Amino acid sequence: MKGAISRGGFDYRKSWHKFSKNYLSAVGLGVVLLVAFVAIFAPYISPYPSHAEFYVNYPEAHEPPNWVHVLGTDQFGRDVLSRIMFGFRYSLMMAVVVLSLVVPPGVVLGLVAGYYRGGKAEMVIMRAADIFLAVPPLVLALSICSVLTPSVFNAMMAVSLMWWPWYTRLVYSISSSLRNEAFVQAAEIAGASPFHIIFREILPNCLGPILTKMTLDAGWVILIGASLSFVGLGAQPPTPDLGTMVSEGGKFLPELWWISMFPAMTIVLVILGFNLLGDGVRDLFAAEAV
Amino acid sequence: MTGQLLEVNDLHISYKVYEGLLRVLNGVSISVGEKEKVGIIGESGCGKTTTMKAIMRILAANAMVAGGTIAYKGHDILRLGRQELMRLHRTSMSMIFQDPTAALNPVFKIGDQLQDIVRYSEWRSSVPNKQEVRTRAVELLKSAALPEPERILDSYPFQLSGGMRQRVCIAMSLASAKDLLIADEPGTSLDVTIEDQIMRLLKQIVEERGLSVILISHSIGAVKGFVTKLYVMYAGMMVEEAPTEELFSNPLHPYTQNLLKAVPKLTGGGVPEGIAGRIPSYLTITDACRFGSRCRFAKEHCHINAPPAFDVGNGHKVACFLYGGS
Amino acid sequence: MSAEEILVVKGLKKYFKTTRGVVKAVDDVSFSVMKNETFGLVGESGSGKSTVGHVIMGIYGPTAGSITFSGKDISMGVGRRPKELKKQLQIVFQDPASSLNPRRTIGQILGLPLRVHHLVPDGNYAEKVFEIMDLIELPREFAVRYPGEQGGGEKQAVAIGRALATGPSFIVLDEPTSALDVSIQAKIINMLMRFQKEFNLSYLFITHNLSVMRNVAQRVGIMYLGKIVELADTPEFFSKPLHPYTKMLLSAVPVITREEEALKPEKVTSTGEISGALSVPPGCSFHPRCPFVMDVCSKVVPLQVEYKKGHYVACHLYPSAINAE
Repeated sequence: MKGAISRGGFDYRKSWHKFSKNYLSAVGLGVVLLVAFVAIFAPYISPYPSHAEFYVNYPEAHEPPNWVHVLGTDQFGRDVLSRIMFGFRYSLMMAVVVLSLVVPPGVVLGLVAGYYRGGKAEMVIMRAADIFLAVPPLVLALSICSVLTPSVFNAMMAVSLMWWPWYTRLVYSISSSLRNEAFVQAAEIAGASPFHIIFREILPNCLGPILTKMTLDAGWVILIGASLSFVGLGAQPPTPDLGTMVSEGGKFLPELWWISMFPAMTIVLVILGFNLLGDGVRDLFAAEAV
Repeated sequence: MTGQLLEVNDLHISYKVYEGLLRVLNGVSISVGEKEKVGIIGESGCGKTTTMKAIMRILAANAMVAGGTIAYKGHDILRLGRQELMRLHRTSMSMIFQDPTAALNPVFKIGDQLQDIVRYSEWRSSVPNKQEVRTRAVELLKSAALPEPERILDSYPFQLSGGMRQRVCIAMSLASAKDLLIADEPGTSLDVTIEDQIMRLLKQIVEERGLSVILISHSIGAVKGFVTKLYVMYAGMMVEEAPTEELFSNPLHPYTQNLLKAVPKLTGGGVPEGIAGRIPSYLTITDACRFGSRCRFAKEHCHINAPPAFDVGNGHKVACFLYGGS
Repeated sequence: MSAEEILVVKGLKKYFKTTRGVVKAVDDVSFSVMKNETFGLVGESGSGKSTVGHVIMGIYGPTAGSITFSGKDISMGVGRRPKELKKQLQIVFQDPASSLNPRRTIGQILGLPLRVHHLVPDGNYAEKVFEIMDLIELPREFAVRYPGEQGGGEKQAVAIGRALATGPSFIVLDEPTSALDVSIQAKIINMLMRFQKEFNLSYLFITHNLSVMRNVAQRVGIMYLGKIVELADTPEFFSKPLHPYTKMLLSAVPVITREEEALKPEKVTSTGEISGALSVPPGCSFHPRCPFVMDVCSKVVPLQVEYKKGHYVACHLYPSAINAE
């Protein structure tokens, strides 16, 4: 009881009930967990792990889906299924790294801008955010990547650079409207420091939208990462990135359709999974109807 | 009793929530005659709004009617089809809500909203002339004592004061209320002087048009000058029913007595005592008298059975074992 | 300042600049609150009574005028107030639903002022939080619950508990019971009165509910569009009101008993609409609604006059003290 006073109460079963009211959210969660599992254990569970990197076996090339290679082989004889499994690693890494880089500063800037409304901080932060938001995201990423050496790392940096303002905007709108709520005033009157007010009073009220957005963004980041690789500005062959695979396999359409179609379908599936999960996260934080 | 405009009989309504079933209404009965003005007083959560929503059939999706009937002009409201129900809403009954700001759409002008209602309620089968509709809208605003009705039609809700917005809502309800008007705490969000103005206006309109009214309030003084019959609700139970004067001069139910005593007096006399205890939770409620846990006179059988409404004469009914069998 | 006054407000003005003009929310307000007294401020929406409370608490800084607390000037904003002052001066807001953070538990809310002011030496906040909960008559288990799960009365009790946590000597009560039902209102007011005696508190009680005011305040001031139009001892205020607006307000109060009905002044009906805060009428701001309006009312702002001992009014009907006539 003593320690519980400083933490809050949390009802896990009720949260699950709210989350899974729409069964599709649970489906989304399942997909995401599956992708994560495959990504982490790819070297152990994929049928041909060595195919993920440089591998050439011309006699086995161009095979359509069969019992040996479930999703077929590509132009170098590499197993498509194994490469897709390893491809998940790059996709998830992209999502995790970009969001880790983008969310903390974006959220903090939004909180600060909202709390110090009408001051210089707000103006500087929001104008900077506006500038970055004014450029179409893909264009900005492409420009950055074409200037630097194309690589997975640089692609991630480019995407991060244009992603943070969305979080600042989102959190700013909540933070600035909560700024004048009675409970914030009450905290100020009690003598709480701005640090406490920003992080302990205002931030908890922003968590719902932030987490929902993060979930949906994961799908978007993966898509943009794949797009960059598709045009050759991200992961370079022979890296088994999903976008690279679609781009390489595109040359062989429509006869050897499986080389690009399966990676493409997988991208769709992953993004769909994150979107459905995002719906569930949003429901989780939704206010309860009386 | 036959011949009543509206008869709610033994209504039981529950809400389904994650934690279980909220058994809110437990056998609520009210009757409203032609041209009769009836009031319901009770505190938050007692179920008065639920009862009104049941009458208008605008209950939330998780509400279940577990028993009882609602008869309106011979129709069985609870089993009425959508079309018939909408016809009733258009031509016979209407409701005024507590917060006029929430009842008006902020992005449309008053004129748009009011004229939509006028068109819908009066010109259902024919295509109306724009001028006719506007004239009718102006008439309605005038009957709600609004100055400069033409200017108001062209204004947005935020440009009007709270009292004016509530008068606009009254005008809107007059378009369709030919028989019954339900007013759910119409003055609560307004200042005292404005509330006074609105209530007097409402009284005048109701008497001019011969409407029946159900007035809900938690302000006991506001209903006193308005209604002829009063119901007192507590925790989903109708605990007392009496003509207005009778209820104030001779309150019988312990809850009613406590409630009347809890109102601070303008003449002074100190801060009144509240009522000890709190409203029971609808989740864990039993079939006992719902006021039992807070009642000074509670006996053993009060904690087992709920008392029916005992008739003590003079149109006065009390649901309390102090006044009838056991 | 006499030894008895704990809060003195002189010539207080608070103007807000908006895109549509200047809103004179508080326009030259002066009053003082005595130690252990409950001073009532009554008025309808737009009167500025809540703004007065907010300025006293430092949520806004005054545009002009002075506020002194125990002799010391407190016109600075809440961020710049000394910690000791913050402990002494507390507020209970009107709407408990928005004055308690829905994402913090009751225990966390009550613990905040304790933490900020380091009121618990060995960090054992739980014990002190439980003490407060006993004081406001809430079961101790509620400390881990969220305010949203509680009813209005319980929430307001938490707000009061939070205000008491720092051991203040003065509390601004901004419509503490307006959002509550009658029976709970009585409970809360009883609690407030008990605390006043127990902890020697002084209250500034702001409300629009005259029936409540009659029973809690020793002196009452009534505000209209930013100015105090009448101020008197409570019994005098209610039995012998002078200002037409006071009479209008009193005559509109819905009452139940015959004695109250008899006490009410004759009905005063408004002759116009209430003006918005942006377009305050010239002269006496009440004149468009006043049935007793005279020529001078639309031209000259009436001065506050001590008509009888302790009974002040600002109205051209009473140009000077009663003995001077």
